[in-house]
Amino acid sequence: MEAFLGLDYPTIWFLVVGGLFSGYGILDGFDFGAGAWHLFLKKEESRRLALNAVGPVWDGNEVWLVIGGGALFAGFPVFYSILFSFLYIPFILFLIFLIFRGIAIEFRGKEPMQWWKNAWDIAYCVSSILLAFSLGLMAGNVLQGLPIGKDYSYHGDALFDFINPFALLTGFTTLFLFMAHGAIFLILKTKGLIRMKMKAYLKISMGLFIVLFVATSIYIFIYLPDLTSFIRTNEWALIVPILVILSIANVTRLNARKKFFKAFIFSAITVALMMGLVAMELYPVLLRSTIHPSYDITIYNAAASIKTLKIMLIFVAIGGPLVLSYTIFVYKTFSGKVKIDEHSY
Amino acid sequence: MVLKLNLIIVKFVDYFKALKKLETEILARIQFALTISFHYIYPPLSIGLGLLMVIFETLYLKTKNQDYHHLAHFWTKIFALTFGIGVVTGIVMEFEFGTNWAVYSRYVGDIFGSALAAEGIFAFALESGFLGILLFGWNRVSPKVHWFATLGVFLGSMFSAVWIVVANSWQQTPRGYKIVGEGLHARAEIVDFWAMVFNPSSVDRILHVWFGCFLAGAFLVLSVHAYYLIKKRHVEISKMAIKIALVVATIFSLAQLVMGSRSAEVVAEYQPAKLAALEGIYEENEPADMYLMGWVDEKNEKVYGISVPGGLSFLTHGDFKTPVKGLKAFPEDEKPSQVNAVFQFYHVMIVIGLFLIALTLYSCFLWWKGKLFDKKHLLYIFIFSVFLPQIANQVGWFAAEMGRQPWVVYGLLRTSDAFSEAVTANQILFSIILFSIVYIFLFILFIYILNKKIQKGPEDESDDLDMSHEHREEIAEVLMRKN
Repeated sequence: MEAFLGLDYPTIWFLVVGGLFSGYGILDGFDFGAGAWHLFLKKEESRRLALNAVGPVWDGNEVWLVIGGGALFAGFPVFYSILFSFLYIPFILFLIFLIFRGIAIEFRGKEPMQWWKNAWDIAYCVSSILLAFSLGLMAGNVLQGLPIGKDYSYHGDALFDFINPFALLTGFTTLFLFMAHGAIFLILKTKGLIRMKMKAYLKISMGLFIVLFVATSIYIFIYLPDLTSFIRTNEWALIVPILVILSIANVTRLNARKKFFKAFIFSAITVALMMGLVAMELYPVLLRSTIHPSYDITIYNAAASIKTLKIMLIFVAIGGPLVLSYTIFVYKTFSGKVKIDEHSY
Repeated sequence: MVLKLNLIIVKFVDYFKALKKLETEILARIQFALTISFHYIYPPLSIGLGLLMVIFETLYLKTKNQDYHHLAHFWTKIFALTFGIGVVTGIVMEFEFGTNWAVYSRYVGDIFGSALAAEGIFAFALESGFLGILLFGWNRVSPKVHWFATLGVFLGSMFSAVWIVVANSWQQTPRGYKIVGEGLHARAEIVDFWAMVFNPSSVDRILHVWFGCFLAGAFLVLSVHAYYLIKKRHVEISKMAIKIALVVATIFSLAQLVMGSRSAEVVAEYQPAKLAALEGIYEENEPADMYLMGWVDEKNEKVYGISVPGGLSFLTHGDFKTPVKGLKAFPEDEKPSQVNAVFQFYHVMIVIGLFLIALTLYSCFLWWKGKLFDKKHLLYIFIFSVFLPQIANQVGWFAAEMGRQPWVVYGLLRTSDAFSEAVTANQILFSIILFSIVYIFLFILFIYILNKKIQKGPEDESDDLDMSHEHREEIAEVLMRKN
């Protein structure tokens, strides 16, 4: 198989897609997380500040989802098609909530009536929670595998398959991870009462995340041993779960020391490491078939042609640095604490 | 006897399966039609308004006339609205290929997927990145940087249109590929990337789409500012805006005639079955008329309408007498079945296009005579014409996509083979209902918010004093922070 820098193209593309979705997780993660706290904030000023922290950046954050989805479609069309058609209901609900959340952000501030603001606050908060949760839910289903049969046929119960103990566990784990991540973001971007509240909420969500992360790991060890095979055959990989723990510990330590920007960086690193863990648990199988291993969707049988993967790597090489540089430029322009001006939400 | 019974039962089961399959196919198509039609209201407005915003800001930078600043500022707010809804409805589209058209996704992944990836990396990221500055950076960056951000958003949106039209054009006139695998594992692989991108229909269709977008934006500007003139509000600023928008509208209405023609020529050469449906040509091998409008009697395979005799022959072959291949020449399963619908959509688009040319030329004539703002009836026509490019953009696409049937990739993959096997009709019904509810809600909100912004209107001279007061406060704040 053709290789580049010692890795074959499907593996390289696996890393690219993983990178894009990690980026997405880091960005929309704090987005969803910040939104999940919204109803815990009781004051109008706090809610406005929270919304305006997210306001300028939520759209740019979702671009990573668009690019990641496009990369998935282009690089692993078989995986893309099976993932979204087999997990139809949860994914449609994800899209619906995504719409609702975006609309809530944009429209909340447009009318002065209290009932209007309250309604959109609820929509924003509930959507954010469900979005974070459903990402984790879908990840859990991917980790467990799906009932894939011959010729990509589906042999499951579309309505209830995706609700199972492990997926619920990963759902909550992701929710609390994002809520912790979102809390740090809000601490960075705000002053006053909301900031004080967020510091307390950060501890709660961080604690819950750690407990659930441990529970998830134990579950995997006992019930999904296949997922641990990569780590077992490649001992260096064991460092990743260790790093996750260290990273979380570091976030807690930096929080205590009031070094919130660094805490945010490490929170982002934690999200990325979690993605890395998922990637290692999957590699090289993207979707296990719960029916028979011969129907497994691997990075090799799901990939587009090598030619296409090469072309797209060129896109990434050119586009990637561009996107990164103007993302940084935009975040710099809006750095500092949130200010409410005549252009605000 | 038992054998016969078994056979009957098997036939019944097969029939129901086929019916369910048909249901699933139709539902999947309906859902796609609903989601894409709703989505397509917004990106063309964003692209068209983008052009006008760039023009307004450029004029502001050049002339320092505050009115241009007010116009840019005002239209940015409308733009933000259309852009936001465009994004959320667009994300649905990106994933709908995977959810409802899984077989199609596997088949065209190499090609469509890479076009979509390019759209994401090069275009969306550009637009969305600079959007923050466009919307919120008025007070945070210099006018020059803000202009640059506006340009970035506009170019990003234009570029994203390129990729999606390239992808769709490949479906219409596939090139630069080879088919590997068989049956449910068959797929198209790229053999020549540039041949795929510059397939025979891409360039013409990109320009055709762009111009349709410019018209959508220009007519929205015309509509709103004509409304202000009727209400005798923001009079000076509206006159300026109308003139600029009219220039854009005139140029691109005329240009659209050219591009529309070019696109039809491409269809004539590469998609003869679609051409036959567009004009309701049934006879296998006769010179064909070009219709202005009409009605297709599908049962009797006749068209009743106003036409230019031999017109289609002329478009296709440059000669009024050369025969054009009609629908009867194609096998039953290789031509569109909804001929009248395709015909109507196509002709509505053309009639609108011709009307817009007439309207803009007439308006320019009045402008030349110095009477542009004297005619109240013209202002009312402008107000209501906002719907025309919207309708034309939609029905044009309906004609293009329905005319391509029964293919989803012309000549290679059938729509009936392309939808997701894993998704049942009930699931699609569920999602159609959900999307319909959310989108109706969204649309009502769109109109409500749009109306509020229009009623509020652009700032004018009296607001300038307040603006500079705020600026003075900001400067003071910055100076204090420095000290």
